[in-house]
Amino acid sequence: MTSSATPARAPVPEGFKPPKASLHTRVLPGFKWSLGVTLTYLSLIVLIPLAALAARPWEHGLQGFLFNLTDGRVLSALRLSFSVAAAAAFLNLFIGLAIAWVLTRYEFPGKRLMDALVDLPFALPTAVAGIALTALYAPNGWIGSLLTPLGIKVAYTPLGIFIALVFVGLPFIVRSVQPVLAEFDAEVEEAARTLGATPIQTAIRVILPGLTPALISGFSLSLARAVGEYGSVIFIAGNKQNVTEIAPLLIIIKLQEFDYAGAASVALIMLMMSFGVLIVLNMIQLWISSRGQGAAK
Amino acid sequence: MSLIVQNVSKSFTNFAALHEVSFEARPREFLALLGPSGSGKTTLLRLLAGLDQPNSGSITFEGEDFLQLNARERRVGMVFQSYALFRHMTVAQNIAFGLDVRPGKERPSKADIKAKVESLLSLIQMEDFGKRFPTQLSGGQRQRVALARALAISPRLLLLDEPFGALDALVRKDLRRWLRKIHDETGVTTVFVTHDQEEALDLADRVVVLKDGEIEQIGEPLELYRQPRTAFVFDFLGHANIAQGALSGGKVAFDGFSVPAASSAADGQVTVRFRPFDSEVSRTGPGFAGKVLSVLPAGANLRLEVRLSDGTVYETQHAHSSDASTLHAGDDVFVRPTKVYAFA
Amino acid sequence: MSARAPTLPKTAGAIGLTATAILWLGLIIVLPLVVVIFEAVKEGPSPYLAALAQPDTISAIQLTLLVAAIAVPLNAIFGLAAAWCITRFEFKGKGILLTILDLPFTISPVISGLVWILLFGANGWFGGWLRENDIKIVFALPGLVLATVLVTLPFVARELIPLMIDQGTDEEVAAVTLGARGWDVFFRITLPNIKWALLYGVLLCTARAMGEFGAVSVVSGHIRGLTNTLPLQIEILHYQYESVAAFACASILTGLALITLVLKTLLEWRFAGELAAHRRH
Repeated sequence: MTSSATPARAPVPEGFKPPKASLHTRVLPGFKWSLGVTLTYLSLIVLIPLAALAARPWEHGLQGFLFNLTDGRVLSALRLSFSVAAAAAFLNLFIGLAIAWVLTRYEFPGKRLMDALVDLPFALPTAVAGIALTALYAPNGWIGSLLTPLGIKVAYTPLGIFIALVFVGLPFIVRSVQPVLAEFDAEVEEAARTLGATPIQTAIRVILPGLTPALISGFSLSLARAVGEYGSVIFIAGNKQNVTEIAPLLIIIKLQEFDYAGAASVALIMLMMSFGVLIVLNMIQLWISSRGQGAAK
Repeated sequence: MSLIVQNVSKSFTNFAALHEVSFEARPREFLALLGPSGSGKTTLLRLLAGLDQPNSGSITFEGEDFLQLNARERRVGMVFQSYALFRHMTVAQNIAFGLDVRPGKERPSKADIKAKVESLLSLIQMEDFGKRFPTQLSGGQRQRVALARALAISPRLLLLDEPFGALDALVRKDLRRWLRKIHDETGVTTVFVTHDQEEALDLADRVVVLKDGEIEQIGEPLELYRQPRTAFVFDFLGHANIAQGALSGGKVAFDGFSVPAASSAADGQVTVRFRPFDSEVSRTGPGFAGKVLSVLPAGANLRLEVRLSDGTVYETQHAHSSDASTLHAGDDVFVRPTKVYAFA
Repeated sequence: MSARAPTLPKTAGAIGLTATAILWLGLIIVLPLVVVIFEAVKEGPSPYLAALAQPDTISAIQLTLLVAAIAVPLNAIFGLAAAWCITRFEFKGKGILLTILDLPFTISPVISGLVWILLFGANGWFGGWLRENDIKIVFALPGLVLATVLVTLPFVARELIPLMIDQGTDEEVAAVTLGARGWDVFFRITLPNIKWALLYGVLLCTARAMGEFGAVSVVSGHIRGLTNTLPLQIEILHYQYESVAAFACASILTGLALITLVLKTLLEWRFAGELAAHRRH
């Protein structure tokens, strides 16, 4: 359409109602088109593949699935993956909170650089992180060579896996907590001060409870990521069966043995456990924030 | 005197918020800090609370140097503009907070705290709301909880920052009366900040008027209203009509008439101000000639807007029973002030 | 409501906390970065350059770029479509849609690779049919692309959705009432408002696409010079004890990661208001 002095528009027909700014009337174009693309794409890329995963373990019936699960190697891999991931996420809870606190509360030279570096584990490919951590913590590595005389072995032990998972999980906590802390109403803190609370009391009793939902959400993200992490772990883990063999690696091993059902079984149980944990954490988070948000107006 | 503020100055990185401010508050007094935004009134309140430190000057309370005490030690109850309630705590937990955080020896027993919370809940008429969370309350209720929380620590001084700022007009009036009542019952020396002159005049024993970080005038509401010391105070407390005239011997002469003046200015050509209710209108003069723009009811009075030939618009107020009630928009009238103020 | 302004750490506790945070970040995050560079160049510049000039490494770089060049635009278009229908319309099942959209973030990359083997592998659902028709998906480029697409699927959409919810529909509705149609609304109203967030999402998506390891490792088959992306090449070199070569490849990806961080940080500083207020990765 080109512009002209007198817009050549048809007269408004009788009964014409101007479109309202409501989502329900669908004034905006492209609903069918965009929904169609979204659903098709999600189906092809996510749903059908996941359906293939969910269908596969039952090749030899329920028994086959259970047999795969109760296998000692599978159990110890799952135990290792979940426990070390939980431990790493737990440690990150404290470190992440401290880093977020420092980044929002204090001003010091290099703060922006530090802030940017927090995202490095997001940006650095996991394989790079993996070989770098291995080079650091191997018995002849920069840090490993310092620890070996003390009798501490990091690389090729669960401790190495732990370090790798701390590395990948840290940004999740920092980035979950940071915005909440940055927007924490200064007057609320001042109120606590005028009421006689010490700085520590204010931090623990007033600020921390306000951060709990963000901490839980960061913990969930960090945990989910750590449970499934592969690249940064396998190099430093040493992959000793029943000792440092993580569940994702076991999936790959089973695939290489052409045991598709076995690989799918491990994957499915991993997913179910992850979702179970995430749902529980999500419910706790909802419960906590509902106390603060209040359903009633 | 209970609170003495002397020569207090406070400047932030690029502007001076307060300059040589001095005032006093008597025991049990209800004192308003009134001023437009940027006048430094909230800064002053924060200095009293110990949330900021002045660059110079002194603040003493009951003979004690307040500046030696931090916010925690001052036992000053502060009600914040946003109320600053702890959102993860119930109403009762909010109120109990100041007692809960006391160190072991000074902390009242659990039962005492509970009793105190209950008595405060009944004081703010919210007995059944103890278990609610702040987000489940209306604005007015939050305000009352914030006040109860501040009162729980038995404050020596109560500070309120724009206590009614976030409320709608109706709730505002109710709460104002109620706050005054609470003050009279508890007898805590109270300082509150407002930009609303009506609120200050209605509520306070005395009002401190601030402008650009300096005190313009301190006085009781009527005193401020009847004897404003500066043009700013006059303008801030109500509508001002402005005219030019010649001042001499306590009278201001205009074109064809003269009017008694309350003046702090030297004789000569002056700018004068007069209130809408300090004026008369007539069809014959003498006075400032103009045309009626509108005749509107303003409560117990009638409000006229009159436009002079030079474009100036005067606002005048009259009783419904006066001659003004016979006027209509478009009529030619003369506005004559009965009392004018001239400021140096 | 206003937040507290940051101050210099003054008390002993504050200084201690700040120092601990900086030290920890240095130890856990900066040190691995330093070690990559150090190990790559420790034998001087010529072994470093020689390692990068290996034909296998060059073809790995090319493959990595190719995969990203296919996967990222696909996910960008999907992200736009998903954000449009989710933020501009009300419909049943939106919550489920959002959950599905987030799934790739919670699934292990290994599983994101595995599912393609289950579909298109020799023993997969379509394995037989593919073999009969001589179509290769896994252990070939299509498999690498599919795995990468799945892993990086949410990045663009996740960046756009919160922003577009924040911005609301008023401007677009106004445009419609003024007579704008379909693509006009999108290109003249929506796109200018979300362009920085879109770029931000594309940036994160690209970084992840080029660095993805677990998922592509499953579907690649590790055929040197053919289906090895750069991260997989690092793995092979590492296990062959070609340390300098492995770290040389790693240094390229590290450089990419640092460039990503710089661009990301620049975008955040410059266009903070035009990116989503609360960002989660």
